[in-house]
Amino acid sequence: MAKIETLDANLFYGDFHALKNISMQMEENTVTALIGPSGCGKSTYLRLFNRMNDLIDSTRITGQILVDGEDIYRKNINVDELRIKVGMVFQKPNPFPKSIFENVAYGLRVNGEKNKSYIEDKVVQSLKQSALWNEVSDKLTKSAFELSGGQQQRLCIARALAISPSVILMDEPASALDPLSTAKIEELIHELKKEYTIVIVTHNMQQASRVSDYTAFFYLGELVEYGQTVEIFTKPKLKHTENYITGRFG
Amino acid sequence: MPKPFYKKLFEKIIEGILALSGSITSLAVLLIVIFLFKEGLGLFNRSPISEGYVLAVNKSNPISKIDANLVKQIFDQEITNWEKVGGKKDSIILFHLDDINSIYTEAQIGENLENLPTCISNVVDSIGGIVAFVPKSYIKSDFKGKVIEPVNITPKEFLLGKEWYPTAEPSAQMGILPILLGTLWVSLGAILLSLPLGLAVAIYMAEIANARVRNIFKPIIELLAGIPSVIYGFFGLVVIVPLIQTVFNLPVGETALAGSIILAIMALPTIITIAEDSLRTTPRSMKEASLALGASRWQTIYRIVIPYSISGITAAAILGIGRAIGETMAVLMVTGNAAVMPHSFLEPVRTIPATIAAELGESPKDGLHYQALFILGSILFIMTLIINLTVEYISSRNKLGKR
Ligand SMILES: Nc1ncnc2c1ncn2[C@@H]1O[C@H](COP(=O)(O)OP(=O)(O)O)[C@@H](O)[C@H]1O
Ligand SMILES: [Mg+2]
Repeated sequence: MAKIETLDANLFYGDFHALKNISMQMEENTVTALIGPSGCGKSTYLRLFNRMNDLIDSTRITGQILVDGEDIYRKNINVDELRIKVGMVFQKPNPFPKSIFENVAYGLRVNGEKNKSYIEDKVVQSLKQSALWNEVSDKLTKSAFELSGGQQQRLCIARALAISPSVILMDEPASALDPLSTAKIEELIHELKKEYTIVIVTHNMQQASRVSDYTAFFYLGELVEYGQTVEIFTKPKLKHTENYITGRFG
Repeated sequence: MPKPFYKKLFEKIIEGILALSGSITSLAVLLIVIFLFKEGLGLFNRSPISEGYVLAVNKSNPISKIDANLVKQIFDQEITNWEKVGGKKDSIILFHLDDINSIYTEAQIGENLENLPTCISNVVDSIGGIVAFVPKSYIKSDFKGKVIEPVNITPKEFLLGKEWYPTAEPSAQMGILPILLGTLWVSLGAILLSLPLGLAVAIYMAEIANARVRNIFKPIIELLAGIPSVIYGFFGLVVIVPLIQTVFNLPVGETALAGSIILAIMALPTIITIAEDSLRTTPRSMKEASLALGASRWQTIYRIVIPYSISGITAAAILGIGRAIGETMAVLMVTGNAAVMPHSFLEPVRTIPATIAAELGESPKDGLHYQALFILGSILFIMTLIINLTVEYISSRNKLGKR
């Protein structure tokens, strides 16, 4: 069974048809890259998986999205629980104006975790997993805003990991970072793949080819081509895909 | 290409006009402050005894100075023995000018009152425990009694005195504590009522209501801000006052509570608008991050949105208080205006603005009462100044914190 399955999904922002008849499957413990020119619907598609598009008035969604075989748009689903299972890292680092510790503990606290030592263990573990522990272990009570951009983004990853999701959505997680921080994030994605299913939006072709197992190319709201990353990058089936990947448009 | 000369000149002129308007505004504020204090400060150099009158006692009386409050108690016959005010053990005998007719005949006093000074002098001289409250003009150089000096009103007595009888005779009572407390009680009550409600509406408008609902609510709230305060007072008098009277089974419904309710309604638009604006400054990314971690909408509101905009909410509350403290008309109409120390919200109280509005018209210019009202005005001004500075401080700290 695929970890995430999309069946003929459509999304409308009011009258604007932003996603058109998307169907695809994503396997467990893989990294899937979503690529395509700006405005083609990558973020919109990514945000379907944790129902982030619900926050926008006037969106209409048809089709089905299954996570672990469960339709996440069915009636009576607990969206908060879905979001625990499907974590998200945003384009710009967006830590809370709280301490480093409280940022990571936030998800546990809002989900009712009261056990102090459990929270502490989990915070440390998540910071280690996101390769930030060595840099912040002595300043956990400092404000998250004192960290550099790259550190903040890894803090946001730690924050997402702390509530033990099984899927992590990343929307251009390195686009606001310097090359060194970007390399660290990419390395991290390699590590995390062992335990998590990752869907990452990127407009950086090298990044997509470096980090992902599968690549999906979107254009004007349509899924143009989807396959193993090696194949998409070495012998794409469609001329359109090839042109985009080789940088001839977009 | 360099700008032509006339364009530069034009810009300079505009700049000059703007700078001038700025300085004129500041100057106006400064003048108001100077005016308030100048008119008021004379109060502390004056005797509280009614203008043109003196208090006279027998020559044997050791008392030479007396406090305004004691004068009142003596003439209210609450103090009946000189011993109580530091004199000899002798009962106090009050003497008003009218009393002269029961001692001397009209013939003795004289057709044109030409013998009145002598008569007064004789009376004061013959009764040991006397205190006479008589016009200064009848005290001649051959007066056989002793004129006692009343102690000037001190700032401390003014601020902490519990009795406000600015036109009482023989000595005015200028304690503003009941009025100060009345103002604070009514304002505090107002903020306790309007802050939770205003915050709730602000949260609803900023975080929950959709655009359509907001478009209905927003103009209504703005309308609320535009209603003249006398209309609020009218509404309070006709609706709230009788309601309070029946609900609490009171003899009168004009109470601090009525004032607080009306002020709460009046402060709502300020609180809602400012709190909503500040709630809206919470970045969308912050809210999304919270929701994406499985937090519910409410958890996101109270763990992220409110803490993020707390300084704006504080400013809203303080400006709401500011609105309440300075409000005059509506409060004047519904609080009953009794200048007594407030003990509960179900008693009449009187506020500073209401006192000034009600009494300034009847107080002779440059008189004691007039000056006292100006000091009250200055105190009100200082209160609002502190409020505004606090808001300024909070919002500037806010800007630094969120760089
Ligand atoms: N909240 C919104 N309301 C209306 N249109 C939107 C909204 N968000 C995105 N869109 C539109 O949907 C399309 C896809 O946007 P997005 O998914 O953000 O693209 P991408 O992430 O690929 O750059 C764009 O044309 C964008 O203008
Ligand atoms: Mg995007």
